[in-house]
Amino acid sequence: MKPEWQVWAKEAKEEFPRANSALMPLLHRIQLEEGWLSDATIADVAQLMGLPVQYVESVVSFYSLFHQEPVGKKVVHVCVGLSCALAGSDELMHQLEQQLGVKEGQTTADGAYTLLEAECLAACDKAPVAQVNLRYVGPVAPEDAARLLSEEVSS
Amino acid sequence: MNTKHYLLRNRDVSHIDQIDVYEANEGYAALRQALKDYQPDELVAMVKKSGLRGRGGAGFPTGMKWGFLPNDGRSRYLVVNSDEAEPGTFKDRELIEENPHQLVEGIIISSYATRASEAYIYCRGEFRRGAEQLRRAVQEAYDHGYLGKNILGTEFSLDLKVYRGAGAYICGEESALLESLEGKRGNPRLKPPFPAVAGLYGGPTVVNNVETICNLPPLVTYGPEWYTSMGTEKSPGLKIMSVSGRVRRPGNYEIPLATPLRTLIEEYAGGLLPGRTVKAVIPGGSSVPLLMPDQLDTPLDYESVMKAGSMLGSGGCIVLDDQVCIVGATARLVKFYREESCGKCTPCREGTYWMTDVLERIEHGMGQNSDLDLLSDVADNIAGKCFCPLGDASLGVLVSALKHFRHEFEAHVAGHECPMGARLYDTVNH
Repeated sequence: MKPEWQVWAKEAKEEFPRANSALMPLLHRIQLEEGWLSDATIADVAQLMGLPVQYVESVVSFYSLFHQEPVGKKVVHVCVGLSCALAGSDELMHQLEQQLGVKEGQTTADGAYTLLEAECLAACDKAPVAQVNLRYVGPVAPEDAARLLSEEVSS
Repeated sequence: MNTKHYLLRNRDVSHIDQIDVYEANEGYAALRQALKDYQPDELVAMVKKSGLRGRGGAGFPTGMKWGFLPNDGRSRYLVVNSDEAEPGTFKDRELIEENPHQLVEGIIISSYATRASEAYIYCRGEFRRGAEQLRRAVQEAYDHGYLGKNILGTEFSLDLKVYRGAGAYICGEESALLESLEGKRGNPRLKPPFPAVAGLYGGPTVVNNVETICNLPPLVTYGPEWYTSMGTEKSPGLKIMSVSGRVRRPGNYEIPLATPLRTLIEEYAGGLLPGRTVKAVIPGGSSVPLLMPDQLDTPLDYESVMKAGSMLGSGGCIVLDDQVCIVGATARLVKFYREESCGKCTPCREGTYWMTDVLERIEHGMGQNSDLDLLSDVADNIAGKCFCPLGDASLGVLVSALKHFRHEFEAHVAGHECPMGARLYDTVNH
């Protein structure tokens, strides 16, 4: 457990004092620093929140944006919703798989990229749309896959 | 076509997301007026008179919803649903990213009207910029005396907090949203009791959609008669339609309700690509049945779209042209529900999986004639048999596609391939 996590837990509980409402804000904040939520992190959060480890695990595992495996420096979400599919999202995903040498759901060996599909990202006007570290990039035509990967984004 | 925007004022005023620009363009004037000229009950009456209906999808009258709060002395909550994730819908994202103060002002007015002392914005986890914009706007509103104790020198006090989800469509269902806001898995709750009686932390709670709340500042400014001057008697006012798919100008368009679907597609969204024709339209988000080309003159109000066999829903309008394979499109939509089923109810969890599997195998030329009846059978076993609306929502497009385009499904089976040569990548590993 990192010392600042205790401060973060206190701040989250001050902002959201009731029920377990501080849990997800705390998980978000730790994941932003750590990149993912390991079993050890989940155990630490459980301790900070005064909750059973199993409870925290059950919450973490419910939500697709909480990562329980290490992820790359850039997490690339490709929207594969219908409007994006009509605009070529599947071909974009295929191009990204080729260029990164990984399949959807995997992280490159050098830890630079994680490639994930996303359900409708609510940006169908930018189809096909992607997010890099949850920042929108789009439209990204399949032939612009390389540009998406070189996109400068804040962490 | 509308030239002046009321909800999408960010289109007319650049940098309206900045509080000084917002204030310079009558921002927070409606709040001042509401606190000065109206008692809370008078505002509820005004909203009832305006006929404003919930813009999240269900179209429930907002004033009536507010009226369900019991007068039992318990403190009340207002929760704003910004968990927009219905495929084809992207209006709330624009509203929070581009004009967050409009929502904040609407929340303060709505909280005053409903006598809520705490308000929350539940912001979809994927909306990273949206959450940042909202947090900044909320802080600025505190700094300018619009939030906190004794707002603008009145007796009214309100705290507003921004809470981020973490990726789960089901949290757009209001009771699942409340579970998530309490730090739990987002499983829907049994209703009744409804949130008005037992909502957030067990207290009386109003849950409203972002767009609904964004109507409040202009409603106070221009009055209910302005609102009822647009649309129909039962569906008055303005609606933001998100248009996507095979149109020239996909985007959000603010229309008076009852604007014909054809006008939305041809005039607002710029029509189809040259030489293409409309095959079908999903008018209100991925959960609603298809409208066919001979229904393009349907006025976009709740009753007319219902009468045409579909729903206005969230206003997420996906246009399919004659180059779209209906089997592939349906497969992709049903796959969404497979991914987003919370897994609690067997018909939804297993049914959405099997329907996706069957649809993808038909699309890839490996279907059998019996698969069409199998799809109908699985759909029958989901319809009305799940705890929350997600299972039923997975059937809207599928059932209407089987009805209107059965020949196209059969052609896939007979020809052992997609006749349109559509290549969707496979999500079930054939």
